[in-house]
Amino acid sequence: MNKHFTFGRLAIYSGLLFFCVVYLMPLFVMVITSFKTLPDIKSGNLMSLPQEWVGYAWQKAWSEACTGVSCDGIKGYFWNSFRMVIPAVAISTLLGAFNGYVISKWQFRGSQLFFSLLLFGCFIPFQVILLPMAALLGKLGLANTTAGLVMVHVIYGLAFTTLFFRNFYVGVPDELVKAAKLDGAGFFTIFFRILLPLSTPIIMVTVIWQFTAIWNDFLFGVVYSGAETQPITVALNNLVNTSTGVKEYNVDMAAAIIAALPTLLVYVLAGKYFVRGLTAGSVKG
Amino acid sequence: MEHTLSLTKQKATRPTMADRLQRWLPKIVMAPTMLVTVVCIYGFMLWTFYLSLTNSRFLPSFNFAGLLQYEKLLDNDRWVTSVTNLGIFGLMFMLIAIVLGVALAILLDQNIRQEGAIRTIYLYPMALSFIVTGTAWKWILNPGLGIEKLMHDWGFTDFQFNWLVSQDMAIYTVVIAAVWQSSGFVMAMFLAGLRGIDSSIIKAAQMDGASMPAIYWKIILPCLRPVFFSAVIITSHIAIKSFDLVTALTAGGPGYSSDLPALFMYAHSFTRGQLGLGAASAMMMLAGVLAILVPYLYSELREKQS
Repeated sequence: MNKHFTFGRLAIYSGLLFFCVVYLMPLFVMVITSFKTLPDIKSGNLMSLPQEWVGYAWQKAWSEACTGVSCDGIKGYFWNSFRMVIPAVAISTLLGAFNGYVISKWQFRGSQLFFSLLLFGCFIPFQVILLPMAALLGKLGLANTTAGLVMVHVIYGLAFTTLFFRNFYVGVPDELVKAAKLDGAGFFTIFFRILLPLSTPIIMVTVIWQFTAIWNDFLFGVVYSGAETQPITVALNNLVNTSTGVKEYNVDMAAAIIAALPTLLVYVLAGKYFVRGLTAGSVKG
Repeated sequence: MEHTLSLTKQKATRPTMADRLQRWLPKIVMAPTMLVTVVCIYGFMLWTFYLSLTNSRFLPSFNFAGLLQYEKLLDNDRWVTSVTNLGIFGLMFMLIAIVLGVALAILLDQNIRQEGAIRTIYLYPMALSFIVTGTAWKWILNPGLGIEKLMHDWGFTDFQFNWLVSQDMAIYTVVIAAVWQSSGFVMAMFLAGLRGIDSSIIKAAQMDGASMPAIYWKIILPCLRPVFFSAVIITSHIAIKSFDLVTALTAGGPGYSSDLPALFMYAHSFTRGQLGLGAASAMMMLAGVLAILVPYLYSELREKQS
């Protein structure tokens, strides 16, 4: 292809650059707004830089802003999200690894059918399960608890984690497993000694996918969490929509960035695994 | 030889407990997931379906009421608005996201310097939650302080942009934010598709003197048909599930002018004490997803068999 400078190349680069600006604009606006004072926001506009960079909106968002009735900022909810996301990701990844292992290497009658049922299940709109799940959590005494939220996220994350591991283990030669079986290795020995050591890339994809999905979830959070156990997304929404007093856009923006920081960080540090997860998630059909 | 020997030996002796356990282990390991799938996906689906056929209000009741809730639903103005909005939002979102995604993928496929960096920028919104996206765009689209003021400051004093608070236009602000969030992902899918096309076909066409636009239009895009299918499935799925974005951006307002079925379901089930109606609306959403998914899966399976 022609790599020399031509009018066509210029047009292509300008187009790409224009969209870079479009995609980055909201983040830029969020960041500069979070460092402005309220009078500065009123007198300036979206793109004007802060007259004086101040951090008080961040401090307020973190520890003083009101979400609903309590006014302790969003820090508690930020940690709530971590308390929810870490066990949920760990359990769903572990179960997904075992399921993928069984479905790819220890097929039994009906295991394929079951896999299809599970996959189909991840396509249903979750509205269909919201009400009975609420009843079940109530029965189990898990309503409004972090443990309840962890359970919900594990259950509805299993389809994806199983899919990821199954697709990965299908690519591992069956001979490897067969040879180990003949040598007398059992179910768990084969898994822990042979497959697990190979699994680092798919574990990364699964952990990042699950972390992002669970951290960003709002529906389960808003339906199943109590005032004390709300995840950050629910708290952010409450903060932004609390209608008492003066609207503090700078605090809203600081809170939104705090809520976005963990997943953005993951994306920047491990973007390639994130994208791989997205595309693997889309191949499922 | 050794292997066959040891196998026959095993057959001869009666299986020990340990052997039997080994045989059952895969099933035991899968059992929790199987149980959960059957109960928490399919069982719950049926439960919701049954609930939608009762006259449940604040508490689930088991009085069979036939299709009463579905009749109420179709008579409900707010439901009709939600479904209409989903139609507008879904179609516009899918169309714009896919056209933009294809365009960006083609542009990025031209031996671009810094391709990785540009791709990262296009995709990062996908890492954010819809609540964050909604919060950000709510501020940007804010009439009076957002884009409107920016344009005034830049000298376009007649510029007006009050979609966010306009009954007729609020749903389009949801389209803007959703496209911003998801189009990079569609781009990534198409870029992967483009990279998978055999370059010898393109070279042959170039030898025949075909222009680049003609090659894209006549050869490359038709090759990407499966990617178009996946993109439609995924974006329509995002659209039907949309709940967080609208909650954060417009909360369904003004009034209920930008309501979507997912918000309708939540409001009636959890704040208005209309469990039966909420369940019926959830079943309608499921029907919507199945209407898209089943024909797709059917064609996929047929292709695989032939």
